[in-house]
Amino acid sequence: MTSALFYSMAGLALFAIGFFGVVVASHVMRKILALNVMGVGIFMFLIALAKRNPLVVDPLPHALVLTGIVIAVAGTALALNLMVRIHHIDQSSQEQSK
Amino acid sequence: MNDLSSSLLLPAIVFLPLLAAIIAYLIGQNRLQGPINICFSLAQFLLIGLTTLLFLHEKTDQSERYIIGGWGAPLGIDLIVDGFSILMLALTGLLTLLITLYSASYFSGKYSASDKSLRFWPLWWLLISGLSALFMSADAFNIYVCLEIIGLSAAALVALQGNRAALQAALRYLLVGLLGSLFYLFAIAILYRSHGTLDLMQIAETTNHSFPDKVAMILITIGLLLKIALFPLHFWLPPAHANAPTPVSAILSALVVKASLYILIKFWFDVLGETTTLGASQVLGALGGAGIIYGSWCAFRATQLKLLIAYSTVAQLGYIFLLFPLSEYSMGVSSFTGSASQAAVYFIVAHACAKAAMFLAAGNLILAQGDGEIAQLKGIAVREPLNVLVFAIAGISLIGLPPSAGFIAKWLLLTTAIESGQWWWVIVVITGGLLGAMYLFKVLSLAFSTDPAVIESRAVKSTAPVSSVSSVPVSNVMTTVALILALITLALGFNAEFILNISNTVSEVNDI
Repeated sequence: MTSALFYSMAGLALFAIGFFGVVVASHVMRKILALNVMGVGIFMFLIALAKRNPLVVDPLPHALVLTGIVIAVAGTALALNLMVRIHHIDQSSQEQSK
Repeated sequence: MNDLSSSLLLPAIVFLPLLAAIIAYLIGQNRLQGPINICFSLAQFLLIGLTTLLFLHEKTDQSERYIIGGWGAPLGIDLIVDGFSILMLALTGLLTLLITLYSASYFSGKYSASDKSLRFWPLWWLLISGLSALFMSADAFNIYVCLEIIGLSAAALVALQGNRAALQAALRYLLVGLLGSLFYLFAIAILYRSHGTLDLMQIAETTNHSFPDKVAMILITIGLLLKIALFPLHFWLPPAHANAPTPVSAILSALVVKASLYILIKFWFDVLGETTTLGASQVLGALGGAGIIYGSWCAFRATQLKLLIAYSTVAQLGYIFLLFPLSEYSMGVSSFTGSASQAAVYFIVAHACAKAAMFLAAGNLILAQGDGEIAQLKGIAVREPLNVLVFAIAGISLIGLPPSAGFIAKWLLLTTAIESGQWWWVIVVITGGLLGAMYLFKVLSLAFSTDPAVIESRAVKSTAPVSSVSSVPVSNVMTTVALILALITLALGFNAEFILNISNTVSEVNDI
């Protein structure tokens, strides 16, 4: 087994674990983390793919991963922001009811 | 000289909304905000209109390509327009102009907290930029980026209302969107591994029945079905579309779900057409059929006006999915040609106009009433006759009664189903039409009912504005925009050949 294949399989496994987490997790925070695990799995698959020819490295997947990381950060930031806001609304309504 | 591929029109269509987003953020909140944004929407409309005219004028059998930076595929990223994408672009241009006009009044401070407009405009233009780029993209990864731009800005727009329900709906919408995009991205990685290119046309040339291509097609289909909200993956759509501000609801139902649908159609019929099977297309059709029945039933049960319209979107999307089984049978092999694709294209256009009109009219009615409850709409036709008229026209199109765009779309769908011998889809379509009539006439009969006690109480209310329900007179602009969209829906019903001609170009020019 070449190292590229090994990393591809690991990427696949991460994707599957992350997907399991998204479906099963009940807390939003866990869902966001699971989505990130899925994303990392794909990035790993892409990076392993860059080395599928042992002699040359394909630079294009690296560019894709960089773009993907930027998008993942933006998505995670927005999701966390929404989650925190909902949490604040819940807290203040709880205090009011007390 | 009129060459689209050498002019700067195509990149300008993507660039202008991006510029507008930055400028809308920089100018902030002042008196110029509305006029400047309207100017941008006019410019965008003219750009897209010019592109459409040029494309129709050239009438080439080839799709037009613009090579950004002169690099060319597979290294660079190309923009491409064919008949189908030019139609979607034109629809985007039209709805951008009209909904921007509407939003300029809606966010002028009279109907919403004034700080919302500061957040709305940059996100709005980002969304338009993402949509425009998506419909022209010739690169699989570029499509992923566009999908994410659309998903992020749309989720942020849904959250604009700031109450708990809207935030919750936005968060769910965002997570589902991210999940769908990740499936798509994984498929792109697999495609790149086996094809060594990201250009759609080059992938299409080397597609075969191989295992990786099939896996990629399955992943793309699942990911995009999540984003399109096909039954049973529709769970996120009704709360997101119902809790968004009115102009956002309109664009979400009219265009944003169609954007993912556009990509699915492109992959299903053009790029990875070799991997699709008859069974899979029947499954998609069956899910569409279930969506029609389930969505219509939920719409009938809904008590909130915007929730009813959102469920109606779930049902209407189901109709478009009948394209998959019908075209498969009619052509032997799957290809985006023939009457089924014409019906689908017509349905997309008809639904976009009718649903946008309906959401805008419903938003106006809710403003006038101060409440989104359907039960509160009793006798509203007396006070807001024009908005109720718009709602009725849009409803006629959604049910599929003549003379409207929806009627032609359903007629095409029914004749295709009968011609291909698949009578069971006919039953689904007719049942869906009846259910559609049920939930829309429920609203209309309430709106037109003249219960004297209700009108009297309204009169009392208007003289004594101390009631807790805050109703505001709806501005003329907002009513007019909704009316224009409704009239377009009617006009499309009378002038079917115009759209069919463009979609004929679709079938001629579909060699992506």
